[in-house]
Amino acid sequence: MEQKTTIDKSFKTEPYQINMGPQHPATHGVLRLVLTIDGEIIEKVEPDLGYIHRSIEKMCERDSYQQIVHLTDRMDYLSSNINNEAVCLAVENALELEIPDRVKVIRTIIGELTRIASHCLWWGVMGMDVGALTTYFYGFRDREMINDIFEETCGARLTMNYNVPGGLMFDIHPNFVKRVKEFITHFKTKIPEYNRLLTGNVIFQKRMKGVGILTKEDAISFGASGPVARGSGYSCDVRKYHPYSALDKVTFKEALKTEGDSLARYEVRIQELWESLSIVEQLIDNIPEGEYRVATKAVIKLPKGEFYQKVETARGEFGVYIISTGTKSPYRLKFRSPGFSNLSLLNHIAVGGKIGDLVATMATLDLVIPDIDR
Amino acid sequence: MSYFSDIYNGIKTLLTGMSVTGKYFLTLRKGAITQQYPDNRATLKMFDRFRGEVIMPHNEDNEHRCTGCQKCEIACPNGTIEIIWDRGIDENTGKKKKKIDKFVYHLSMCTMCGLCIDVCPTDAIKWGQKFENSVYDRTQLTRVLNKPGSKLQHGVED
Amino acid sequence: MNISLNITKSIHEWLFSIMPEGVANIVEMALIGLLYLAIFAILGLFLVLLERRVAAWFQLRIGPNRVGFQGVLQTMADALKLLSKELTGTVKADKFLYNLAPYFVIISSLMALAVIPFTKEFQAFDINIGIFFLIGVSSIGVIGILLGGWASNNKFALIGAMRSGVQTISYEMSIGLSLLTMILITGSLQLSEIVEVQKSGWLIVQGHIPAIIAFMIYMIAGTAETNRAPFDLVEAESELGAGFHTEYSGMKFAYFFLAEFINMFLIAAIATTIFFGGWLSPFGITESIPWLGVFWFLGKALILIFLMMWFRWTFPRLRIDQLLTLEWKYLLPINLVNIVIMALIVWLNLTIKI
Repeated sequence: MEQKTTIDKSFKTEPYQINMGPQHPATHGVLRLVLTIDGEIIEKVEPDLGYIHRSIEKMCERDSYQQIVHLTDRMDYLSSNINNEAVCLAVENALELEIPDRVKVIRTIIGELTRIASHCLWWGVMGMDVGALTTYFYGFRDREMINDIFEETCGARLTMNYNVPGGLMFDIHPNFVKRVKEFITHFKTKIPEYNRLLTGNVIFQKRMKGVGILTKEDAISFGASGPVARGSGYSCDVRKYHPYSALDKVTFKEALKTEGDSLARYEVRIQELWESLSIVEQLIDNIPEGEYRVATKAVIKLPKGEFYQKVETARGEFGVYIISTGTKSPYRLKFRSPGFSNLSLLNHIAVGGKIGDLVATMATLDLVIPDIDR
Repeated sequence: MSYFSDIYNGIKTLLTGMSVTGKYFLTLRKGAITQQYPDNRATLKMFDRFRGEVIMPHNEDNEHRCTGCQKCEIACPNGTIEIIWDRGIDENTGKKKKKIDKFVYHLSMCTMCGLCIDVCPTDAIKWGQKFENSVYDRTQLTRVLNKPGSKLQHGVED
Repeated sequence: MNISLNITKSIHEWLFSIMPEGVANIVEMALIGLLYLAIFAILGLFLVLLERRVAAWFQLRIGPNRVGFQGVLQTMADALKLLSKELTGTVKADKFLYNLAPYFVIISSLMALAVIPFTKEFQAFDINIGIFFLIGVSSIGVIGILLGGWASNNKFALIGAMRSGVQTISYEMSIGLSLLTMILITGSLQLSEIVEVQKSGWLIVQGHIPAIIAFMIYMIAGTAETNRAPFDLVEAESELGAGFHTEYSGMKFAYFFLAEFINMFLIAAIATTIFFGGWLSPFGITESIPWLGVFWFLGKALILIFLMMWFRWTFPRLRIDQLLTLEWKYLLPINLVNIVIMALIVWLNLTIKI
């Protein structure tokens, strides 16, 4: 059924350019794509970045280490807690602080809930990009439950800033465990529904299968990470290879597909929903007692040197690279954001497809533009 | 033959999808996830940890707990808090002492990170649950948190 | 002139009794024109409201419920807002074609509305080539879309318009052929006669299996014909923004918008007339009261409209090549085979008659 489109060159056609974005429903923000199109077939995709650049890395050179954490909320805002965790882990490792188990477990639970929330949003938006508008509301319904848990625990729904170097800003809410358990039972019935509504749908399958193929070699050479790379069979889960917080205490399978097409990337994320749910389930009953925070100095000064910490956000590998000269703020701070390298793939995998394919492929890359522009 | 099985499977998956939305259509009375916002203001209650705005609680004698140590001003990443302080004479001890004149809070610059409240040694500032902050003029977002004529609660500094 | 204006005989005769024949004809035409414009506006506004409420219920929302009781005046308010809005356009647009396009779309759907029999003798234009006329007139609308997309000098609009051209031309075939399948039973193209034939069982019962297949093909093709999801490539929000009406604003946009909903009603109305007995009540329970036919007609049409809304809010959109594959590789061959089967059934007298 699926054939590569061939153009009859005897009929001379002329490519034209279209600006997709920065204000376009499918670019999820202010990404601008300059498309060169021949009829419906994409010949070239040139992403144009910088519409939401806020020089976060430069701002970090001015701020203290406690203040840096809240800036990472505003990069990949859908996995804000995981970003916070990355900075905190980097600082804690540099200071060689011993973190209580309670903090580690809570961080992991909230991190995995963040991942579920992010994937819920992605699923809804994915459906919307291929034209099924109802998925958006079903995805958001489940995400809303997680956001409520976050709001009750740390006061904010999206830009949480719950982690501080040394632990958590305050202890979990007494209702936290109960609400998370409620969510787990609720969500277990909803993933099969997602599959019935969208995954199995024949139109959706036809739209996704064999579209936007990314080989394993290309995934590695483009620096792809997260579900995008795992959809191409490149095993790269940071949680497996460099476990942080309480991730070494839980058992989970790394979602892996070898097809490399849009459907594989989609299925990897659906699989990750199950895995994250199982991680939360393993940890939620045994949150150890203890301190929720280790006292740090009011002004944290990192020792001289270079520090790197990577974590797995909902989009892939997020890295924090700190160069410290021993002062209260870093000399240079670099964030390795997954969205940026995943976006670089777009021209490679979308050429030769239709406009509809480009939108569907872009949706499976799960781009968050503030994460790319920083 | 795969031609016909394609058609059969296609129709089957389409009907499965329609059954999902159809189920929600029939049970919509229970399922509406949206809120009727301005109508439910009376019943809408935010969580007690909700970060709406920074407030400074005063007790019934018009006393607050802020000593003017300026830790929050230093902790704030955005310059949201400005403390205008003065040296006054303490009534009890008669010594010269730092006290706040105005605790200026620029809501328009606040990112709700909570570092000021985290760092406050005397719990003088707290999170308020009010979230309806829209105004017609940006200057109205600059607030003075300590009430006029208020003074430091006795015994906070000890 | 083969026009028979038989809306209500009494008004007709009353008009002819008080004024000369020529004047009475003109007055009657004007009255009927106004009546149909009113039907058009009310139906359009009602369907927009219905769509929004149904969509909300599918999506776990409540939908518009602020303007008027339960939001019944919402679309009226929207229409007033659109009327008062400035008509913007692009500088380099082809002004004449740009302004002409919405009228093509709206007039074609208004013309098609005239031949629909709402109930016994409630039909402006009972023409003996009814179905043929409907198919012909409803395909004029695509010219408006093509013109609008071309003249507004916007690449997104142009892509949308070209997609629309391809889509409508392809799916016209399926609509025509599936209706042709049913005409094999009735033996007439006149809509009132088609309804008469169904007094001995609705055509979907009379024609049993091939009729059901024809109905399914008709609904799929009809959904595609009205550019609704899953065939909304013309507007394809996530791909083209707004498609062919990107550059239209105010009332001109409202014309496109209303015409889309009237077209949806037309598709449902034709299906009601051809497959489900038009204004006939099930088992003839209210046959003695002809004006109740309007109720039955609208009820059946609304059920079919609801079905189309259900499609729209459930399915993802097809890609342009899949759209054409579906038409030319699946619907069209099945349809042709279906016609042969139907012809055999009619020939061998295997239809079910009550």
